[in-house]
Amino acid sequence: MLSRTASSLYWLGRYVERADFIARLVEATVRLDVLSPRPAGEAAWASALAVTETDAAFAKTGQSITKTNVARFLTLDASHPGSIVRALDMARNNAKAVRTALTREAWTAINGAWLVFDRRASAGNATATLNLVESVKAETRGFEGAIHRMLRNQTTWFIRLGQAIERADNTARLLDVKYHILLPEGERVGGVVDRDQWTTILQTVSAVTAYRWLYSEGLRPANVIDLLIARSELPRSLAASVEEAVDILNLLAKRTGLHGEADRMARARHARIARTRSGQVIAGGLHQYLQGFIGENDQLHEAVGRQFKFS
Amino acid sequence: MGIRRAFDEIMGKSGSMIPRSELAALGEWIESTPSNELRRRQQSAEATFRQLGITFAVYGESDASERIIPFDIVPRIFLANEWNRLSEGLVQRVEAINAFLHDIYGERRILAEGVLPADLIFGNPQFRPEIAGIRPPHDIWAHICGIDLVRTGPDDFYVLEDNARTPSGVSYMLENREAMLRLCPELFRSFRVAAVDSYPDKLLETMKSVAPIGVASPVCVVLTPGHYNSAYYEHSFLADSMGVELVEAADLVVDDDIVWMRTIAGLVKVDVIYRRIDDDYLDPLVFRPDSMLGVPGLIAAYAAGNVALLNAPGNGIADDKAIYSYMPEIVKFYSGSEPKLPNVETWRCREPQALKYVLDNLKDVVVKLVDGSGGYGMLVGPTATKAEIETFRAALIAEPHRYIAQPTLALSTVPTLADAGLAPRHVDFRPFVLTGSKGVQVVPGGLTRVALKEGSLVVNSSQGGGTKDSFVLMDNGAGEQAQVSDAFGQAQVQTMGQPL
Repeated sequence: MLSRTASSLYWLGRYVERADFIARLVEATVRLDVLSPRPAGEAAWASALAVTETDAAFAKTGQSITKTNVARFLTLDASHPGSIVRALDMARNNAKAVRTALTREAWTAINGAWLVFDRRASAGNATATLNLVESVKAETRGFEGAIHRMLRNQTTWFIRLGQAIERADNTARLLDVKYHILLPEGERVGGVVDRDQWTTILQTVSAVTAYRWLYSEGLRPANVIDLLIARSELPRSLAASVEEAVDILNLLAKRTGLHGEADRMARARHARIARTRSGQVIAGGLHQYLQGFIGENDQLHEAVGRQFKFS
Repeated sequence: MGIRRAFDEIMGKSGSMIPRSELAALGEWIESTPSNELRRRQQSAEATFRQLGITFAVYGESDASERIIPFDIVPRIFLANEWNRLSEGLVQRVEAINAFLHDIYGERRILAEGVLPADLIFGNPQFRPEIAGIRPPHDIWAHICGIDLVRTGPDDFYVLEDNARTPSGVSYMLENREAMLRLCPELFRSFRVAAVDSYPDKLLETMKSVAPIGVASPVCVVLTPGHYNSAYYEHSFLADSMGVELVEAADLVVDDDIVWMRTIAGLVKVDVIYRRIDDDYLDPLVFRPDSMLGVPGLIAAYAAGNVALLNAPGNGIADDKAIYSYMPEIVKFYSGSEPKLPNVETWRCREPQALKYVLDNLKDVVVKLVDGSGGYGMLVGPTATKAEIETFRAALIAEPHRYIAQPTLALSTVPTLADAGLAPRHVDFRPFVLTGSKGVQVVPGGLTRVALKEGSLVVNSSQGGGTKDSFVLMDNGAGEQAQVSDAFGQAQVQTMGQPL
């Protein structure tokens, strides 16, 4: 496989995952906004900007933080890398560059998601915004389905490796931005707003029902942190993403005979997270832990590029 | 002169309401299918093309940077005997093109014998002195040719233009057929249509057959300028259907006159390249030094005989519009017989008498830039405004050698779905001809381009033209048996429907 093809497939995986994540973040934020009294609603949108690291870019537009402005910014504004439309545009460009490697179904799903946004100017009201992100989610689900029906070879593995690494990054960022909600200092815990905030986090990683299944009790910060970091049953947890990266690198090594520093880093990270207890993470400082994880994830990303001669 | 009444390929005479007897079944189909049903099917085909991203870029249009080419649901049909005659002419013409290129970059017998004026070659920017003396593997130059034809009567076909560099459009031939099989399966029960879907296999066979001598299992690739190119869909489509890598210049590296591609497992040697990059951009060490699309050292590897390039560099000298007018002489010179496919009468404006005639008859002729393509830089006299004619008059007087002119032909028409129902629209035709070390094959089909505007003669997709499927029948219609002479391997059997 061409190195350029491998690189494009990997990035395709990352961008599709990112588009899907932002879609779910917007969806959860709309819900939080509707539930919250002002100005808490605005705070919800401000934190959505923080999760996607677009707060500075948004400030530059000179707009005020309102539902309409931020929803449009995160969905339709192609001028910054934290919007769905930009992620889909990048995904589609990468897909186009490797069209020969993709099946028609996989390409059609990417192109379909992109066409949802083509020449659309406004995200509209809450209902319209939800419809918009729902159609993005439908197309990314279609893409997910399509790649599972493709040949089980390097093509799908590079896409899935990109997805696993992007997903680890997204979940870590989500937790990091919301950690002050989970671990408030000197505030009343268990109020209405908090419950909604927690639900927002779970909803963004599609884990509302999973939480009920795994913890037969009400929302508790320690459980939410445990679920998102250490429970590999949850596909979007850090543990699951880390495990998936190891598995895919193994498959690639078996097929291509190529293994090296990326495999070693991924395995070491996997061994560490298997020993991680959420209690220790909370005691040692959640923010420090997540910052460390995000940095490590970036290093793994770099190592993958070197190992498979991207660039 | 004006536009004469045109021959209709389905109805026979212009204005006739009854189809040619051989094509009665198509008449019945048109009769029994309401035009809103035809329109629904056409829209369904176009929706599929958009979903698949079968688009092309229109240069100079920033807004609609990606468009699909409009598709028309009514096919154009060739009878077996019509096709057989056409194929013979195409084979003869392509063989002559290959012989001409071999000669002009080698011995130059045709110049020595005074058939062509030498300045026509040496003063032509399409002539590449850089590659003179290089012999491509198996002495084949024009592996993939698209010969543009027009028709004015039942037996009157003319070559409008030869394309011996990187002719495009074959993906439309294949996708249009897929759409027709899906949307109008009944037509394939009424007619025995020769299949086109083995084209990618034949292309790969052609590529492998011209690999450098001694390479047992050649590695073949398609070289594209990248996904911003207007024909990128076709490049990826062809690579995909042949199961070979689609590479960009940056994926290739030449070391010690060997071409390698960069893969995740290291460098892999490349033997055959179907390149869809123009000569100018192919190798910055030999051609344009500012080319970012090229592979430094590629021509040296080619000269060393280590890689085959399809088509060979330098082919522009064979399909240039200035050379075109000499094609009848060229065909006769190399084949030793009269051309089976005539040229359209052409006035070379470089010749004073011809120039005078053209200037006197500007409102009746088509004037073309010798080095223009895609319908740009062209005057269609009968439909031009006075101002356009005067602009061309001045340009012709200033630089007559840059222009040729041709009579306005009454291009044949085919019924086409227009706003108010079916109406005749002018068409042309591009069949594809493959040449490998085992001979020349004509694909039984091709790309029919149709001018969608009433009365328009400009079929280029960049100028609002559309496409149609082109049926080549394996008999002469109306049940009369006659096999398509099989320029394309063994007898073609049309399978009905598509396997899942």
